[in-house]
Amino acid sequence: MGAWDRFVFSFFNADIAMQALPLVAKGFVVTVQLALAVIVAGTLGGLVLAMLRSFGVRPLNWLIIAFADVMRALPPLVVIILLFFALPYTGVSLGAFMATWLALTLVLCAFAEEIFWAGILAVPRGQWEAARSTGLSRLQTLAHVVLPQAVRMTVPPLTNRVIATTKGTALGSVVALSEILNQSSSAASLAGNATPLTVGAAAYLLLFLPVVILGRWVETRYAWRK
Amino acid sequence: MDALLLNFFNPEIAAKVWPFLLQGFWTTLLLSAIVVPLGLAGGLAIAVLHSLHIRWLNWLLIAYVDFFRAFPPLVLLIFLYFGTPFLGLDIPKLAAVAFGFLLNTSSYYGEIFRAGIESIPAGQTAAARSTGLGRWQTLTFVVLPQAVRNVLPDLVSNTLEVIKLTTLASVVALPELLNNARQAQALTYNPTPIVIAALMYLALLWPIVRLLSRLEHRSVGGR
Repeated sequence: MGAWDRFVFSFFNADIAMQALPLVAKGFVVTVQLALAVIVAGTLGGLVLAMLRSFGVRPLNWLIIAFADVMRALPPLVVIILLFFALPYTGVSLGAFMATWLALTLVLCAFAEEIFWAGILAVPRGQWEAARSTGLSRLQTLAHVVLPQAVRMTVPPLTNRVIATTKGTALGSVVALSEILNQSSSAASLAGNATPLTVGAAAYLLLFLPVVILGRWVETRYAWRK
Repeated sequence: MDALLLNFFNPEIAAKVWPFLLQGFWTTLLLSAIVVPLGLAGGLAIAVLHSLHIRWLNWLLIAYVDFFRAFPPLVLLIFLYFGTPFLGLDIPKLAAVAFGFLLNTSSYYGEIFRAGIESIPAGQTAAARSTGLGRWQTLTFVVLPQAVRNVLPDLVSNTLEVIKLTTLASVVALPELLNNARQAQALTYNPTPIVIAALMYLALLWPIVRLLSRLEHRSVGGR
């Protein structure tokens, strides 16, 4: 067998690809569910933290900053492993899905908080004062005046961060979550052939390439006005 | 409470696994010292090539960058490490990891450098060229120094991400910090090694996070 034939046989084997397809499709569903759950919870959590921080309660802000710093400094894989392998020693046992979801949500939450906070800071102080002087409450000012302007500015960095974090769903394979990567690599070792990995890689591209291209569009559409 | 402490921070186990973890820590530093400059150089090359405005080349570069930004790095690593032996190739672990990271991180660094170069007005290049500087001289002495300064927070932020990414090498059993911590945990049936490793990552990376916050807030304030 020549080198080329060997390459095609190992990576683009049609029979093995057909066998692996249903497994990878199952993993695809898990990855999409996990990604959506992380995006919703992480972004909302970050927004809530940034709003709380804007009220300027000192001890609370220290806690928020400490949380954001720790979650931005720790590698996501370390957080997943802490939650999955270390937490059970306290008697709290999370499943693979829950552990991966919680870890990625905490990480996204920390980054989203910093991004929203930068957006809130970028809205000039005068806007706050003007809105408050018209009789709007703190919360109304935040919701109707500051956030609509702040959120617009945060769209590009937030999109990038969301893409980066959702790609982290592949880390779930380390704790044996049956998402795309785990399904395709176990199919590959079962078949003794790398083709299922190709199928898995194609599934990731199918999922993330449109998102990356969308992100590129968002970046030009919502560019920071300088 | 004491039981909890004994589980998560068992001093006896901590003392026993410390040298092993320290060894992993040095490997993490070494790996970062290989991967960060490689990614920076690759990204810079991509951005400089992009600034030449050769249309077909730019299409290729954008395709490369988008492809590797869409590809989860762990998938790339597993593909390279577990896929290539099927071809009869035996790539050393460190080389597979370094190559996978180069593909991934160079596309991120490339996008950052590109944004930096594009932030420099075209008049600067025209002015520099008219004083008699060559193309490369203009790039290295006029455009790049300003471009790098403009995107410094993004460069630092991405470097932080790259160092955190080195934990993925534990999946292919490269003996870096996380890998050693997990091995130690499996041997001692105790989560202390993982907790210590997490603290070591914090000690290494928290200063970078702080630096980043300062850089970012300065750029907001200076606007």
